[in-house]
Amino acid sequence: MTVEDLFEQQTEELERQKSLENRILCCTAAGCNSCGATGLRTAIAAEIKAQGSEGRVEVCGTGCMGMCSRGPLVLSGADRRLYGNATPADAAALVSPNPIDRQGLAARAIDLDSPFFTKQVKIVLANSGRVDPEKLTDYIAAGGYQSLAKALNDQTPRQTIEEVKKSGLRGRGGAGYPTGLKWELVAKQAAPVKYVVCNADEGDPGAFMDRSVLEGDPHRVLEGMAIAGYAVGAQQGYIYVRGEYGLAIQRLQTAIKQAEREHLLGTRILEQGFQFRIDLRIGAGAFVCGEETALIASIEGKRGQPRQRPPYPPESGLWGAPTLINNVETFANIPTIIERGGEWFSSIGTAGSKGTKVFALAGKIANTGLIEVPMGATLREILFDIGGGIPNGRFKAAQTGGPSGGCIPEQFLDLPVDYESLARIGSIMGSGGLIVMDESSCMVDVARFFMEFCMEESCGKCIPCRAGTVQMYDILRRMTIGEATPDDLEMLKSLSELLRETSLCGLGQTAPNPVMSTLKYFPQEYESHIRERRCPAGHCTMAHAGQEAIA
Amino acid sequence: MSASPPTAPVKDNREKLLERAMSRHQYSGDALIEVLHTAQELFGFLSPPLLKTIAHKLRLPPSRVLGVASFYHFFSLKPKGEHTFVVCLGTACYVAGALGLVETLERRCAKAGHTTPDGKVSVETARCIGSCGLAPAVIVDGAVLARISPAMLDRELERIGVQ
Repeated sequence: MTVEDLFEQQTEELERQKSLENRILCCTAAGCNSCGATGLRTAIAAEIKAQGSEGRVEVCGTGCMGMCSRGPLVLSGADRRLYGNATPADAAALVSPNPIDRQGLAARAIDLDSPFFTKQVKIVLANSGRVDPEKLTDYIAAGGYQSLAKALNDQTPRQTIEEVKKSGLRGRGGAGYPTGLKWELVAKQAAPVKYVVCNADEGDPGAFMDRSVLEGDPHRVLEGMAIAGYAVGAQQGYIYVRGEYGLAIQRLQTAIKQAEREHLLGTRILEQGFQFRIDLRIGAGAFVCGEETALIASIEGKRGQPRQRPPYPPESGLWGAPTLINNVETFANIPTIIERGGEWFSSIGTAGSKGTKVFALAGKIANTGLIEVPMGATLREILFDIGGGIPNGRFKAAQTGGPSGGCIPEQFLDLPVDYESLARIGSIMGSGGLIVMDESSCMVDVARFFMEFCMEESCGKCIPCRAGTVQMYDILRRMTIGEATPDDLEMLKSLSELLRETSLCGLGQTAPNPVMSTLKYFPQEYESHIRERRCPAGHCTMAHAGQEAIA
Repeated sequence: MSASPPTAPVKDNREKLLERAMSRHQYSGDALIEVLHTAQELFGFLSPPLLKTIAHKLRLPPSRVLGVASFYHFFSLKPKGEHTFVVCLGTACYVAGALGLVETLERRCAKAGHTTPDGKVSVETARCIGSCGLAPAVIVDGAVLARISPAMLDRELERIGVQ
């Protein structure tokens, strides 16, 4: 495919879509699928046939539309209305050319002008819920692969990197390293072979952003990776994706095949000299593989254990070659940055954090689902305007950053969410999982939960993490059953310091974060557990309360 | 799920398929994880003779193969039950009461990580299956069940004939 073909296909497909009377979009992301979206889509397709509307009405499966709590979601009609909790019984009404037939569904219609939609700014998720992730033409119609064409035709690799630097984009995997600088580091290496790796080993419990992007718009990630390959001088890319994400794996495989067939990946990309292959590597369920050196070991077929850095992967990564590792969401931002320019991108967000951030809302919140907001939006806006607030309860804390993050109490609800401000209050941006807790959640138990996670996921290579997480877990466990003593609290604090200072990789260094942040903001809960042998939230069983503590 | 897996690799086309997977990767030791994925898909679990065969073919020390197979949660060194229940213990599911689901399964079937003596049901837990919007979630034989309660779990167990 040449660049001209690309534009021609876009025009053709857009005209075809415009000629349709009704293009029904049915969310087939993992969330809606598990509440019956597949059957619904089949029923709609059958109904189109039954009503003889083929050629005039079509049904498309799309990626995540965001409001997972109301799934399965369907968008239908010339008036483009969104309906929630749709069932195969609604198929006839959804297909019907007469909007009056859809009046029965009015009670389940979702207002697209509600703050849930209007307060969001979509870059990464721009196509999610709009294009069919299994059709390349859909992505091309939405302007897909034009950024790659622009980079190859109009920019030198150096200019592409400059554009990314200008955008101020920072790594979306959690740590927030400036993406442009990382690209420059890899580009500067004089090596015959370089690699681009996409980290899709989304392991934080409570996070499903990367999964949704891969399921909803896989070509966007492929395009971002190809642009990165061009910029840093790599010809081979790997996507390291969680083995648990079956649908994402399947859609990526389809997308790679489609793109290779049309010469958008592989050899002679867009009839130019550039070549770039992408292969999948399926993870096998180890949280530590999200750490970049462990991820590299795993791609090489070894135990996923991290190694000492430096050398950092941009100097010596996969098989010793310079390797660029970015997260799914980071790559997904790239096509838009190249399309609209780094300056445009940097106009969104705060001084130090540019662009948008995708969050997965979960826990005690009305609108669980996937959202994208500009950096600097306040937690109050995210949780109450977009999230719809806490059903039957009072806000107690929001957990960000998974087992490496912390719990944010009510007093910080008006804090603008960006890398710096979250770090200042002892949490991290993390990959974007945002779990809301109400008064029924016990903070000591939450700390115990995350410590158990880190204990089980510790790879065992360095002692502070391997042994420290076990000791910290045991103290927290004893707190939740009413066996802990005041000395335990001191020990917990000193172990927290020890792990943070001496662990080899991020897993161990950040494992104490949930403990330290809950200790800082909810000290009275720890006190109650230890001195009164009582759980204020009424969550812990305190089985040993009243018995003498084992000192 | 898979029928009762053999204790040793038997002569059927599964061996041939595994061979094909290894040759696709040019018997490279770097492809160990891919090969183990294929082997588990074909045989249901990774038996010691199977691991030895793979080590031999990829020219890797058996210790390295066992080391990798036992490091990753995804690989199972023991045969699985006829039905598998995976309870998600991610944060969202946890705060939505996933522990109650584990308790139900442990009471009625087997401890988490184990299979009932009759080989009918395996109970497992997962770190996070990424269906946080549908918490608490349980995967029954590959299908995600959303917002599930212990009572719904009881019905699911009845459906597959667990007393």
